[in-house]
Amino acid sequence: MRLTDLLPRVLRGFVVTGKLPLKPKVTVQYPEEKRPKPERFHGRHVLNRYEDGMEKCIGCELCAGVCPARCIYVRGADNPPDNPVSPGERYGFVYEINFLRCIHCDMCVEACPTEAITESKMFEFSFANREDAIYTKAELLVDDEGLPQQLPWEDWKPGDDLNTSAWVRATAPGGAAAMEGRQLWSAELGYGVRPAQRGQSDPTSPDYPADTDVSLRETLAPALKGVNVNGKRPERGGGR
Amino acid sequence: MGFDPLFAHGLNLAVWLILLVKVVIVFVIVLVSVLFMIMYERKVVALMGVRYGPNRAGPGGWLQSLADGTKLLFKEAFTPRTADRPVYKVAPYIMLVPVLTAFSIVPLGGTITIAHHTTELQLADPQWGILYLLMTSGLAVYGVILAGWASGSKYPLLGSVRASAQMVSYEAVLGLTTATVVLVSGSLSTSKLVAQQSGHLSFLHWNWLHTGIIPFILFSIAITAEMTRAPFDLVEAEEELSGGYNLEYSSVDFAWFYLAEYAALVTNSAVIVTLWLGGPNGPTVAGQGLGPVWFTVKTLVILYVFVWIRATLPRLRYDQLMDLGWKQMIPLSLALLMVVSGFRSKNNVGGSGFLHWFAQYKWGWFAIAASVLLGAFFLRAVDVGQEATEIEATRDARLHEGPL
Repeated sequence: MRLTDLLPRVLRGFVVTGKLPLKPKVTVQYPEEKRPKPERFHGRHVLNRYEDGMEKCIGCELCAGVCPARCIYVRGADNPPDNPVSPGERYGFVYEINFLRCIHCDMCVEACPTEAITESKMFEFSFANREDAIYTKAELLVDDEGLPQQLPWEDWKPGDDLNTSAWVRATAPGGAAAMEGRQLWSAELGYGVRPAQRGQSDPTSPDYPADTDVSLRETLAPALKGVNVNGKRPERGGGR
Repeated sequence: MGFDPLFAHGLNLAVWLILLVKVVIVFVIVLVSVLFMIMYERKVVALMGVRYGPNRAGPGGWLQSLADGTKLLFKEAFTPRTADRPVYKVAPYIMLVPVLTAFSIVPLGGTITIAHHTTELQLADPQWGILYLLMTSGLAVYGVILAGWASGSKYPLLGSVRASAQMVSYEAVLGLTTATVVLVSGSLSTSKLVAQQSGHLSFLHWNWLHTGIIPFILFSIAITAEMTRAPFDLVEAEEELSGGYNLEYSSVDFAWFYLAEYAALVTNSAVIVTLWLGGPNGPTVAGQGLGPVWFTVKTLVILYVFVWIRATLPRLRYDQLMDLGWKQMIPLSLALLMVVSGFRSKNNVGGSGFLHWFAQYKWGWFAIAASVLLGAFFLRAVDVGQEATEIEATRDARLHEGPL
């Protein structure tokens, strides 16, 4: 290319870069301001519990088996008869996830038969060494309100437990004939018991799901009377 | 030596001390300006990428380069097993020292009186100042070559081979365009150059107008290539060389290269200001105590332009680089040198304006006409060569297409 052909193009380029400093910046100043997280964001895991405080994990190790990164380590143990940890025969005695290896593919969530493991929207990990990257039950288990523990370095924003990746039922839909196989998204972490999934083809049928976007708590509210569960989602602001 | 009034009464202890202070000050100016320049470049490039740039370390992020430098110094100094150890260790200094010394001949404008000793704001004012500048820029190439060679590794070697060819090529343009300045000003001394460019409405006396703007542009391009800065940074093409001539360097040694690179940028901007933009002269009248301010402002503008170029232009291919240097810039600067010498043949006294040269002096006009013709001939020859190459290329392309 000759210089005479090149020069106008080069000058046009300079005009472009010359104007750019005047434009508003695209940078998000991360720790101070944060972008809203997308729906079904795959953050760190939580281990869910039932309304009565029992753990959902039954120590079946399906999550560990399906994990492509081999980052989950589970050891099941028999429930102590006098003080059971989970409703079933066995419970997750040891549950560890190595977040240096986890790729947040959510296959553990899909594999879990009891909706024990789901993913929150929290993604702010902070390790100073490799051992700290391994989260144990102490960090993963939800609190008494069914909400993820807020670890000291995690910056919790309101709504981080809403529209999470959650558990999509991959098992049989309870024998409903109208079931068409479209899986429903619960959009929440998986606290408590979920009603059996109903059919979907006929809107007039009683099996047709009423409103899948309604929080599980609200759906279950009539059935949960007498059980010590907060009907409302507690306010958990950005504070530590 | 000798123009500085400091030496008017011979050398004594006070003079030596003042000299020492000046040396230290110039040294500090260069080092601090490097710290500043790294941040300045990052900030400006960020602005042109619609970003903020580093803004965490210190106020506004301006201490970032200090933090980076400190970190660099504490890293492990690693020498490859295959390296030629003495040369490997010396190369960064060969690169650094000429760059640091080059700033000493830049006049910052005006004089200053310390303890009854008046001295110029310029460390050294040799009569051969410009030659010294050319020498330092010529020495820098040794640092690059030796670093690449002594690393005992393929990629640094490739980078330094590229660098040597590039720097030698563009040094010709650098010399030729500098010669136009010398012809116009009639002196090799930087302080005389600056004095030459002062006067009422002094921006009309600045050399970039006096020599006809194009030599100034050619000089700027050549010095960009000489510094191996974008878009001529093939020496450090990460994609091809995974780093360039300084690939095998780490820690302090790498820091010296980095320092030299940015010190060269600052020094060369100062040189551009001195040679072409009136140095410390203000736009209307000379000096008047604001010399250093004007000098800083002009240097900052030039530095901004350098960063602007880096943010805008993609890296040239190697053949494009060589074409630009040998086929376009060298013929053009040769022709321009002859044009300017044609004008100069009328006036042997320095400082005559560009317009003055249109006085009738037939030999001057002959020289101008001859140089224009010669320049046209050069460019035509290059064009013909280019066309021949293109015809060949299309023919080859057709051959590869297969039967018609």
